[in-house]
Amino acid sequence: MHPGIIFFLVILGSVLFHIFTPWYWTDIASNWGGMDDTITLTFWVGGGVFVAVCLFMVYCVFKFSYKKDRRAEYKPDDKKLEKILTWATTLGVAALLAPGLIIWNQYVSVPKNALEVDVMAWQWGWQYRLPGEDGKLGTTQVININDNNPFGINLDDPYGKDDVLIQSDVINLENNQPVKILLRSVDVLHNWYVPQFRAKMDAVPGVVTYYWFEPNKIGKYEVLCAEYCGVGHYAMRGSVEVQSTENYNNWISEQETFNDLIAKKKNIEFENKKIVKNNNFLLNKETYKEE
Amino acid sequence: MSDEYENKKGYQAQSSESISSGGGGSGTVSDADYVRPAEIPEQDLYHGHSFITKWVFCQDAKVIGVQYFLLATFTGIIGLILSWLMRLQLGFPEAAGFMTAEHYYQFVTMHGMIMVVYFLTALFLGGFGNYLIPLMVGARDMVFPYLNMVSFWMFFIAVVVLLASFFVPGGPTGAGWTLYPPQTILEGTPGSGMGILLMCISLILFVAGFTMGGLNYLITVLQARTRGMTLMRMPLTVWGIFTATVLAMLAFPALLVGALMMTLDKVLGTSFFMPTILQAGEVLEYGGGSPILFQHLFWFFGHPEVYIVALPAFGIISDLISVHSRKNIFGYRMMVWAIVGIGALSFFVWAHHMYVSGMNPWFGFFFATTTLIIAIPTAMKVYNWVLTLWRGNIRLNVVMLWCLGFIITFVNGGITGIFLGNVSVDVPLSDTYFVIAHFHMVMGIAPLMVIMGAVYHWFPLVAGRFLDETLGKWHFWLTFLGAYSIYFPMHYLGFIGVPRRYFEMYDSPYVTSAVGMNEFISMAAFIVGAAQFILIFNIIKTLKIGKPAGHNPWQANSLEWLTPTVPPEHGNWGEKLPVVHRWPYDFSVPGAKEDFITQTTPPSEVAETEVEKT
Repeated sequence: MHPGIIFFLVILGSVLFHIFTPWYWTDIASNWGGMDDTITLTFWVGGGVFVAVCLFMVYCVFKFSYKKDRRAEYKPDDKKLEKILTWATTLGVAALLAPGLIIWNQYVSVPKNALEVDVMAWQWGWQYRLPGEDGKLGTTQVININDNNPFGINLDDPYGKDDVLIQSDVINLENNQPVKILLRSVDVLHNWYVPQFRAKMDAVPGVVTYYWFEPNKIGKYEVLCAEYCGVGHYAMRGSVEVQSTENYNNWISEQETFNDLIAKKKNIEFENKKIVKNNNFLLNKETYKEE
Repeated sequence: MSDEYENKKGYQAQSSESISSGGGGSGTVSDADYVRPAEIPEQDLYHGHSFITKWVFCQDAKVIGVQYFLLATFTGIIGLILSWLMRLQLGFPEAAGFMTAEHYYQFVTMHGMIMVVYFLTALFLGGFGNYLIPLMVGARDMVFPYLNMVSFWMFFIAVVVLLASFFVPGGPTGAGWTLYPPQTILEGTPGSGMGILLMCISLILFVAGFTMGGLNYLITVLQARTRGMTLMRMPLTVWGIFTATVLAMLAFPALLVGALMMTLDKVLGTSFFMPTILQAGEVLEYGGGSPILFQHLFWFFGHPEVYIVALPAFGIISDLISVHSRKNIFGYRMMVWAIVGIGALSFFVWAHHMYVSGMNPWFGFFFATTTLIIAIPTAMKVYNWVLTLWRGNIRLNVVMLWCLGFIITFVNGGITGIFLGNVSVDVPLSDTYFVIAHFHMVMGIAPLMVIMGAVYHWFPLVAGRFLDETLGKWHFWLTFLGAYSIYFPMHYLGFIGVPRRYFEMYDSPYVTSAVGMNEFISMAAFIVGAAQFILIFNIIKTLKIGKPAGHNPWQANSLEWLTPTVPPEHGNWGEKLPVVHRWPYDFSVPGAKEDFITQTTPPSEVAETEVEKT
């Protein structure tokens, strides 16, 4: 078979695969439809160039294959053609870059009404913190983290006391409410990624990174870690439930605040101390007996 | 010592003659054929006499090139076997029961590092660079042959250290080839003890050795070109390797300091890249460092590294297409400036690997713009390749098949690069299988096509015999169709959101639909890998019973085919250095007897033709 035919079939196959592929975007569940649109545009322009260049190549292979009595053209330069191609390419590239930059501008400009969500990552899991009634998250530090303060909230920060703590890898979000995801990590790089929301950003230990989106489809979605974080990376999953406003409010009212946690821990500590005292007492008694 | 210099007299006599006569040393020389005399007399070379000095610690760039080629291929085969193991796990996890997540991540890491640095970089620059630069510019050898030898043996030690990490406690590092701290040196990553240490040491050795070779390539191209070989008469292969070496000299230091700082963080407990870290309930003794700093250092090396591999490939493919289309390369000057321009721009695009790394998001605007600008000279190169085919006289031999395969895979991979470079489009696609598919297509398969084309093209020069065409065609079609069916569908796994570096996918609702595809990709990967052994068989067979090639078997113009002996001997040119009168692309000149005019043909011999002055 003439190699040109096989190359042609490869190009045709690529186009057909793209048209009929069962593997494509998950149904989008956020405001970032513009990313999908830019990708579609890039497919049209880039795919067009791919098909055009490759078909031209196949045409040449058929038309100009070796004949002993023919000579190739001798023409070291064609300035005009080169100029046309350069400008056409520049134009195409600019047409793709423009929407890309416009959407990036939206991506880095967080709306004012966005709800801040603290996503804390570690090897290998997630937990979440939402602002309390004051609408603000308290500041945190890694060295504060202990059993009594699992989020490392600065105890002297008044904003931290009413923060809602979700020590679970499942978080609920309110439908159509923009959220600003504040990412932090206590150990290595992670990345809180929900394919249906399209958006992602690394969580970097030592700094707080962010991104935002507006969930717009009620449902349950899987969270994947999208930055390699060691041997448990592939198992670092979580989930998000996008709820109607009513359900969301019900859910959040059931969650524990930092104040609740402090009170609970104090109680437990008090109980523990009692137990320890009793134990010591019993222990002393036993020792005494043995002697 | 004295007999090592026995040939000195011959060279000196010749060179003083050429200084005085100014022509080709051939007595009467017409004005049209005048070439500026040599400015300095020739230096003599060290000639090896024992087996060890001729074949082991050898100072002949051609032998060093072959040594680089063989060692790089050896590590490449290890990289290939690792990829088989990875694909076994991804496609058929039940059959890979022996493999733990630790193993998988170690294989991923070593596969990536081996293929990018120890295979592709070493093969293009160390292998092709050493063999071809002196021959193509008309030099007798590299300018510092001893340093060149040391360069190879440093590379050898680097490979030994790298492979040694498979046998230390904890095994090789499993940090991913990007080696991002802090996980690289923390407990949660396999090989975070000896493994990563050996990796850093191996990289440091590689960079040191590579710098010795790189300086050689640069100075040889700048200082040791033969008479008449102006820069704008050099084959694009030399331009590609030369520019890539400039990039390497500027980019590898960033990797070197990154590896050094990481070693210090690991061994001495410094905190260059380590912030306050809580692990297993304990705060580690680090603080204040920046993980993103490492990423900047790594990608300041890592992105030019892509072009360190790509530019030699661009150069080589240009020459192969031109020779086998019997047509001058279309727009030679544009091609040279595109190589230089891409090389320069490649230092301003590194952070497009870091759009979602947590760096200042405003960088995104700058790096997306520079990244898409670099697409323009790259596209020009593609146009010029296909326009070289246009109205050519194309020999559809195995070399040309590899070239055509390169064009398809490179255009495909280049266009998916526009997706990933365009900052907001990168957000959903980064760290998914789309990225894997993209970079394998553009800097795995496409350069591999070039390497294979180059092997079939230059093997008759290196060994004096043609590789078998039928076996070559099998090798090509299995590799091209197989590799294309691995990576083309893989892009779509990225669209459904499958993240990269996942040991297994398990029960994600949208990912389970990819199981069948994963099995298919794995099958294709096994076949493509196995197909590479056809080449090894072909080489062994050819060395024994291959068809002798003779002088200039492809009717090419460039100097490497014009040596007095095939394969060329030490010193390359016998008594007299060649004198160059034109570029290497005078094919199918109207009025000429043959369809090629070699670079050494003086103008007086082709006065009747319509050849243009170059």
